[in-house]
Amino acid sequence: MKHLLSIDDLTTDDIHELFETAADMHDVQGREVKKLPALRGRTVVNMFFEDSTRTRSSFEIAGKWLSADVINVSAKGSSTSKGESLRDTVLTVCAMGVDGLVIRHPASGAALQVSQWVDAAVVNAGDGMHEHPTQALLDAYTLQRHLGSLEGRHVAIVGDLTHSRVFRSNIQCLTRLGARVTVVAPPTLMPSGIGAWSAAAGFETSYDLDEVLRGAGAHGAADAVMMLRVQRERMSGAFFPSPREYTVGYGLTRDRLALLKPDVPICHPGPMNRGLEIAADAADAAQSVVLEQVSSGLAIRMAVLYHLLAGDTRGGMA
Amino acid sequence: MPAPDETVPDPATVRADRTVLDARDISRALTRISHELLERNKGATDLVLLGLHTRGVPLAKRIAEKIAAVEGAPVAVGELDVTMYRDDLRSQPTRRAHKTALPPGGIDEKVVVLVDDVLFSGRTIRAALDALADLGRPGAVRLAVLVDRGHRELPIRADHVGKNLPSALAERVSVRLAEVDGTDEVTIS
Repeated sequence: MKHLLSIDDLTTDDIHELFETAADMHDVQGREVKKLPALRGRTVVNMFFEDSTRTRSSFEIAGKWLSADVINVSAKGSSTSKGESLRDTVLTVCAMGVDGLVIRHPASGAALQVSQWVDAAVVNAGDGMHEHPTQALLDAYTLQRHLGSLEGRHVAIVGDLTHSRVFRSNIQCLTRLGARVTVVAPPTLMPSGIGAWSAAAGFETSYDLDEVLRGAGAHGAADAVMMLRVQRERMSGAFFPSPREYTVGYGLTRDRLALLKPDVPICHPGPMNRGLEIAADAADAAQSVVLEQVSSGLAIRMAVLYHLLAGDTRGGMA
Repeated sequence: MPAPDETVPDPATVRADRTVLDARDISRALTRISHELLERNKGATDLVLLGLHTRGVPLAKRIAEKIAAVEGAPVAVGELDVTMYRDDLRSQPTRRAHKTALPPGGIDEKVVVLVDDVLFSGRTIRAALDALADLGRPGAVRLAVLVDRGHRELPIRADHVGKNLPSALAERVSVRLAEVDGTDEVTIS
C-alpha cells in the first residue's frame, strides 16, 4: 500500500492490521508523554481545499504524536486563491521534500489525480462525493469495539446518501468486514443507479426509516445506526421541501431513539446538524458514540500514517 | 549392507539445530535469575518486570511466577513493545507494532527489569530504554536475558544472564518457548 485513496486499496487483512495497530495507538492517548518516535524526520502536509475541523486536526495530531513534522495548507490563504492550479500547488509543496500528503478536495477523484503527480504517499481525506476512507475505517473500528466482530451484524446508514463520501467508503468497508448494511434515504437523496450497486455489493435500500428501526426491514433489527449529515453546501436543488419535513421522515428523533435497544451504538461522522438529522436526545444519549469516533479517528489516522510512512516507503505493508 | 540413506547422514540434519538449553535448563536458568533479582533488590518491593515482545513477555511472566512463589506475594509484570523506537524502522517494510501494557502502579521510581530472550547487538535494548523514557522515570533499569550470544554493537550489558553462549556471527540462535512455539528449547545452528 503506497497510498490510501479508497477502501478498495486495502485488503481485508490490511483493514484488520490497521485496526490492531490503531488499538496500540489508542493506548498512547492515555499516556503522559503522547509521543512515539516512529515518523521522526518525516514531513506530512495537510492540504485542505474544503473546510474541516475534526479530520484536519486529527491528522495533524496523529502526525505530531508520531513525531512527524506536520504542515497545514488550506485553500484560503494559499496561492490557490491567487489562481494557482491544483497541480502547481501540489508540486510546489512536494518540491520541499514532503513524505506524506493528506488531501481533501471538493472534486471527486482529486486524491487519485494528485497521487499520479507526486512521489509522496497520498492519503485521501475526502474527495468530493467519492470517498473518505479514514472515516469509514474509524467508523468500523468504533463499531467493532462495541459489537465485537462485525461479521453478520446489521448496520443502518441513514441520510443524505447522494452527497455522502462517508457512505460510499463505509459501504465498502462494512461489507468487506462481513456486516449486513441497510441504507435509508428519501428518494431524492438516494443515489441514482443504487439498485444495481446494492444488488452487486449485497446491501439493502429502504425509504422507510421507522420500518428499519423497528426491525421490520429485510435485515431485521439494527445492531448499529449511522446518521449522515445533510450536506447543504453540496445541494444545488430542492431535495426535500423543508428541513422540518426531512426531520419528520428521516431524522433520528426522540421517538425513533425509543425504537432502538439501549446498547445500539449511534454514530455520526460530524459535524452534526442538531435538530435536523439527529435530535439532541440522540446525539447526547448514552449510546451515542460520536465523541468516541473522534478519538478512534485519531488512532486510525496514526495507524494509517504509520503504515504508509514508517517503514521503507519503497516496500508495501508488512 | 544397510541402505545408503541409513548410514550417510543427510547434510541437512548435520547442519541442523544443536540444542543448547532444554526445558529443564531454561527453568533452572529462570529460577536462578529470579533469585538473583530478589537478592540484588533485597525483595520484590518496587520491582516491575517488563517483557519485551515477543518472547520476553512469557519469560517475564515465568520469572514473576517464580518470584511470587518464593516471596509469597505477586510481583508487577507488564509488556513492552519497542517497534516504534527501533533504529532500523526505516530500512524495512513497515513492521507490526504490538501492545505495550504497564502494570497498574506504572514504572515511576520503580526498579524496572527488562526481560528478553536473546541479547545480541543491543539495539533492541537501546530502543527499550528510549521507550521507557516516554513512559515514565524508573528509579533503576536492569536487564535480564535468557541467552547472551555476544556481538554487541552498543555499550549495553545484561545484569542477569541465563546462559552465555559464545557464537559466530553467522550462527543462528533460536529460543522457543511453550507459550509461543509450543516447546521449550534454545538451539544454535
